Amino acid sequence: MLDRGPPRAQRTDARPVAFRGAGFAPRASRHAGWIAMLVVLAVWQAAGSAGLVNSLFLPSPSAIMRAIWQLAVSGALWQHVSASLMRIGTGWILGTVAGIAVGFAIGLFNQARAIGITFISALFPIPKIALLPLLILWLGIGEEPKIATIALGVFFSTAISVYSGVDAVPRNLIRMAQSFNVPFETIVLRVIWPGALPSILAGFRISASVALLLVVSAEMIGADRGIGAFVLQAGNLMQTDQLLAGVVILSLFGLAVGKLINWLEARLLHWR
Amino acid sequence: MDLIADHISHRFGALEVLNDVSFTLSAGEVVAVVGPSGCGKSTLLSILGGLLRPTAGAAKWRGAPPSGSLNPLTFVFQDFALLPWSTVEANVEFPLLHPALTVGERHAQVDDALRRTGLTDFRGAYPRQLSGGMRQRVGIARALAVRPAILLMDEPLSALDSQTRELLLEDFIGLLADGAMGAVYVTHNLEEAVRIADRIVVLSRRPGRVREIVPVAMTRAERGTADARSKLLALQNELWSLIRNEAIDAEREVQHA
Repeated sequence: MLDRGPPRAQRTDARPVAFRGAGFAPRASRHAGWIAMLVVLAVWQAAGSAGLVNSLFLPSPSAIMRAIWQLAVSGALWQHVSASLMRIGTGWILGTVAGIAVGFAIGLFNQARAIGITFISALFPIPKIALLPLLILWLGIGEEPKIATIALGVFFSTAISVYSGVDAVPRNLIRMAQSFNVPFETIVLRVIWPGALPSILAGFRISASVALLLVVSAEMIGADRGIGAFVLQAGNLMQTDQLLAGVVILSLFGLAVGKLINWLEARLLHWR
Repeated sequence: MDLIADHISHRFGALEVLNDVSFTLSAGEVVAVVGPSGCGKSTLLSILGGLLRPTAGAAKWRGAPPSGSLNPLTFVFQDFALLPWSTVEANVEFPLLHPALTVGERHAQVDDALRRTGLTDFRGAYPRQLSGGMRQRVGIARALAVRPAILLMDEPLSALDSQTRELLLEDFIGLLADGAMGAVYVTHNLEEAVRIADRIVVLSRRPGRVREIVPVAMTRAERGTADARSKLLALQNELWSLIRNEAIDAEREVQHA
């Protein structure tokens, strides 16, 4: 090392500077969550097997797994799951398509914004399940009112996440596009849509949870098939292993949706 | 093609930002606009480029843009304004998507712009993978791709470190050397202004008025000599003396705002 300065006296009384930068950067461990889950299940199972917990109130994990297996073998599982999936799928798609269209209109046009935000602010806080009786009156007692309830719930959360996403697109990118005379529809397609996509996908995560909540609620009120109906029936008959089997299936469904959205985010938002 | 600021005034609500600003940029000329913070430099540039409608006066152009120019008045932005979800190549191609160009012509123009800015090897990179200087190069390549007559440069180097700034300033001077493009170069950096501009428009503090238009009496090619450098430094000091007191007042005004 070339030091062009005057020579300095060598001293030996230097102390290391204490490190003060630790913490405030939490990182999720890949396996810790699963290990914790397995520990809880093992303790739960051990308590059930040792007779420490009344199996009527809290069946053991193995009893729940047996119930799921029996449901699968008998074909009842698929009947209930397919009924719920059909309702969620149809309701979610209808609500999402309408929510995206209205959200974009609110994000892009003055009139739509003035009218849309007023209506959304007034109607969003209403628990949509409270509208089910009215929807039954309007649409009959078939699938339509349940699907409409889900679609309504999904619509509002989607519309809000879409127009929030459109609002959050950096204005400098829109000005840049305008400065090159890029047409309106190209700006929407190539600037606003990808810019709003993170918020839209975050909205999908919420709307999927809303759809799951509403399908269970709607099926508990007026259905003989579907996971919600099955859980309610099992509860009424004190079949708690079956009841928890339904809950586990709902949890798995929620996990699957979360994974799907993670996959979509990894595919569509890889640029982040 | 000439660009004319014709008695431009602008206000944002009750706040008067520009007051009767007039000057003309001749074809191939580089005009720097300097002035204290908040004097309306960027607002003026937005008006000149048609992104903002002035309260009074107008931005006008005269003559014909060069043949093949797809966007005669083209911005280079301070914050680069790159699409983060698009690669370098796609960002440069973005303004070429709508005019009636064939795919082959479009690719040729993109290739040419990437080559002129030294980005050919980075065409597949995303903006987040690039340094600030490289991102601004992408912004410049995108501007060159549409073959502009006049570049509207809004503090294009202010977000960069001093070494990168120096390198890019040399690039700008090289790009503007043949006089094929003119530029309005908004900056708060007087050294940049005297090195790149043919004339310097000095604005007063808000509301911005033209205080003086100062010519730089030598070609850009001549500005590299030791003698020229001392003259440029003298000019820089002269400009600073013109705006120093107002810059102090403007800074205090911002602090108290």
